[in-house]
Amino acid sequence: MIRLTAPILTLIAAFAVSTAPARADDQLTHFNLDNGMEVLVIEDHRAPVVVQMVWYRAGSADEPTGQSGVAHFLEHLLFKGTDTLAPGEFSATVARNGGNDNAFTSYDYTAYFQRVAADRLELMMRMESDRMVNLRLSESDIATERDVILEERNQRVDNNPSSLFREQKDAVQYLNHRYGVPVIGWRHEMEELSLEDALSYYGTYYSPNNAILIVAGDVQPDAVRALAQKYYGVLPANPDLPKQRYRSTEPPQIAERRLIFRDARVAQPYVSRSYLAPERDSGAQEKAAALTLLADILGGGTTSVLAEKLQFDTQQAVYTGAYYSDTSLDDTTFDLVIVPVQGVSLQQAEDAMDKVLADFLVQGVDAEQLDRIKMQVRASEVYARDNVEGLANRYGRALTQGLTIKDVQDWPATLDAVTADDIMAAARELLDKRHSVTGWLMAEEVSQ
Amino acid sequence: MMTRFILLCIALLAALPARAGVDIQTLTTPGGISAWLVEDHSIPFTALELRFRGGAALDDPAKKGATNLMVGLLEEGSGDLDARGFARATEALAASFRYDLSDDVVSVSARFLTENRDQAVALLRDSLVAPRFDPDAVERVRGQVISGLLSDQKDPRDIASRAFETLIFGDHPYGAPMSGTMDSVQALTRADLIAAHAGALARDRLYVSAVGDITADELSALLDGLLGDLPATGAPLPGPAKLNFPGGVQVVPFDTPQSVALFGQRGIDREDPDFFAAYVLDLILGGGSFESRLMQEVREKRGLTYGVYTYLADKDQAQMWMGSVASGNDRIAEAVAVIREEWQKLLDDGVTEEELANAKTYLTGAYALRFDGNATIANIIVSMQMEDLPTDYINTRNDQVNAVTLDDVARVSKRLLDPAHLTFVVVGQPVGLATAGN
Repeated sequence: MIRLTAPILTLIAAFAVSTAPARADDQLTHFNLDNGMEVLVIEDHRAPVVVQMVWYRAGSADEPTGQSGVAHFLEHLLFKGTDTLAPGEFSATVARNGGNDNAFTSYDYTAYFQRVAADRLELMMRMESDRMVNLRLSESDIATERDVILEERNQRVDNNPSSLFREQKDAVQYLNHRYGVPVIGWRHEMEELSLEDALSYYGTYYSPNNAILIVAGDVQPDAVRALAQKYYGVLPANPDLPKQRYRSTEPPQIAERRLIFRDARVAQPYVSRSYLAPERDSGAQEKAAALTLLADILGGGTTSVLAEKLQFDTQQAVYTGAYYSDTSLDDTTFDLVIVPVQGVSLQQAEDAMDKVLADFLVQGVDAEQLDRIKMQVRASEVYARDNVEGLANRYGRALTQGLTIKDVQDWPATLDAVTADDIMAAARELLDKRHSVTGWLMAEEVSQ
Repeated sequence: MMTRFILLCIALLAALPARAGVDIQTLTTPGGISAWLVEDHSIPFTALELRFRGGAALDDPAKKGATNLMVGLLEEGSGDLDARGFARATEALAASFRYDLSDDVVSVSARFLTENRDQAVALLRDSLVAPRFDPDAVERVRGQVISGLLSDQKDPRDIASRAFETLIFGDHPYGAPMSGTMDSVQALTRADLIAAHAGALARDRLYVSAVGDITADELSALLDGLLGDLPATGAPLPGPAKLNFPGGVQVVPFDTPQSVALFGQRGIDREDPDFFAAYVLDLILGGGSFESRLMQEVREKRGLTYGVYTYLADKDQAQMWMGSVASGNDRIAEAVAVIREEWQKLLDDGVTEEELANAKTYLTGAYALRFDGNATIANIIVSMQMEDLPTDYINTRNDQVNAVTLDDVARVSKRLLDPAHLTFVVVGQPVGLATAGN
């Protein structure tokens, strides 16, 4: 088949589906510093390389009202100066040591990382611990970097109708929760973000007792422990860190929601459907596991139910897919998409998709398909070991989103234990149109 | 998820680093297939990379897009299996096969578990040697290609690439879109696909690497079974492209808030003795690091963009020095002006000792970072073969970087940097920029 085109990829990239689980023997060492900072060491001695990551349990969904984008803005500003580092010196130092560094922000977390030769870990720790508490910003930093994030918004969102559509759709999906506000921020609020806003968020959330250090690669746990103690262990915990992450919750959805987004730049219209769905909860991942397999069954590739019926049998679709974001602090979504072939309208496409779902609820799970999916789940444990950075990411996402190491390690077995009945029960609970949002992405109407 | 900046991922060989302990074995099978192997038995799977030189550029000009459609159909039915049968069989083995195309190469990336290696390789073999091109599969994948072409017409980055390629490559195969045009794709027949298959997937242009849980003997036997039935020779490669870099700016109007610009001038061959000096120069100017002059001047000091990058593009039949930037319609003119200034400044003033030293420590230090998994190593060592590098390149590469002197960089700057022919294609509604040649 042909790789998806950019606008559709954007849609899919939003859902970090992680069926790939971690092994129980990831060479994992876990401990806490006295100030409450959590530390994970993942050993992989195949190459003399180390990745240091610091994850904060704070993301865009933790922002104050009216300051959308400040979490991500602050992430950019952390590359400006501290008492001992000039603006830009952090990354310049990493580069001079032959390393790469970057950072990312999502709804529930913000993370910073460097990849360097393993013998440079101490320098990385010195700098990363420094900017956890000693950030120094000037008004000129603010003005220039705000322009950068506005251009980032241009590039990621405003130049891409699929991204704009998703932003609108998320806003409709979440009536009361901050997941309805884009991570990068609404433009009109980004334009007003101030030095004060950034520092206030920094003061609230950046402290060792709100952070997780993950060191992965060619390192010894004892050596990491000593370094972590030396650089992070000496930082005082923030006594005013909010005791819990304050999040408003979604009210029960009692009405189906629909939206149409038109944009002249749309070449390939499609229908996107989402259902509010439970996420993985610590100690109770069974329902999420069933939903994970349901997504694979309905839309996980060429042999999935939607592809089988709509791309092969009726040939009404160029592409179909199903995605479930299992890891999330609060209620997540289960998403379906159908991209119709030319000559099939969005109404016809949506009807066809609904018919497939209705038939699936009657016919149930194909046992052979479930076997194949479970085989892939088991194999993904093998393949995952080839990418230690991927493992580090998996633990970082889990630990900032309400899960424990045990939950991550239990996940493969939980997936493996899911039965066809579990999947159908999850499907029946999920696939209720009254609890859905359906969006149509369309080109502008042709005027006469 | 928002990232601080996005690195343009360019498969550029000189960026490839090494690690201690990459022990490359070379082998030639009884059937005459050469391969490089790195054994690593710590994880029970193998990553296998195949490259066939001559990709979309092999297309008959009247059948543009044939190779692309052909490659898209390799996993859509072969041997006894139709498309769905092939997908089910692949899933049941938890193997993965990827088939990719560029102007110069058809790439096949496979990974499979040790426990069912033979079955996985048999499936892969059929997809390469005996694709069926079933009429229903052809129509389905043709629809996917056309959907992609429609989307490309509305995406500023794709529009810019098209316009740039047409401008600089003209009638050369590189000048036509890899996936063809609406008309050419509609007209492709099953016979065209069979011809494209015979032309592209042949043993006279094949490069192979494997990394993982497999021995040399096992690999040798595997490869003869996998590839032995491919034709010995394929279609002739196109000749060198005649490059047209007129300088100036070409604006392609498109209604979108942020203008996307591609820019470029002539580049340098990977085999040129000055290549490493040019590579260092590119790193300092705009290559792949946050510390580049362009990133500092355009983004860090002025906030004009989220990202600006350059890279040396060494295609088989053309060498370019390319770059990209995107800025709001009202700011792109300034970004273009700053890039031009930096180009000129680099030519006039050269680089400093400190910049050269920093570039070298970055490049040599980053050396170890990429050899971090079976799949990545397999990729690297198959590219080395395509570039005709020796297996010990991994051990000598840093020395070659360190050998670059300030004089070398100065010489290459004068030789290569060509502000007068630095050509921009801008897609958007740029304010204060209009199509203008030199």
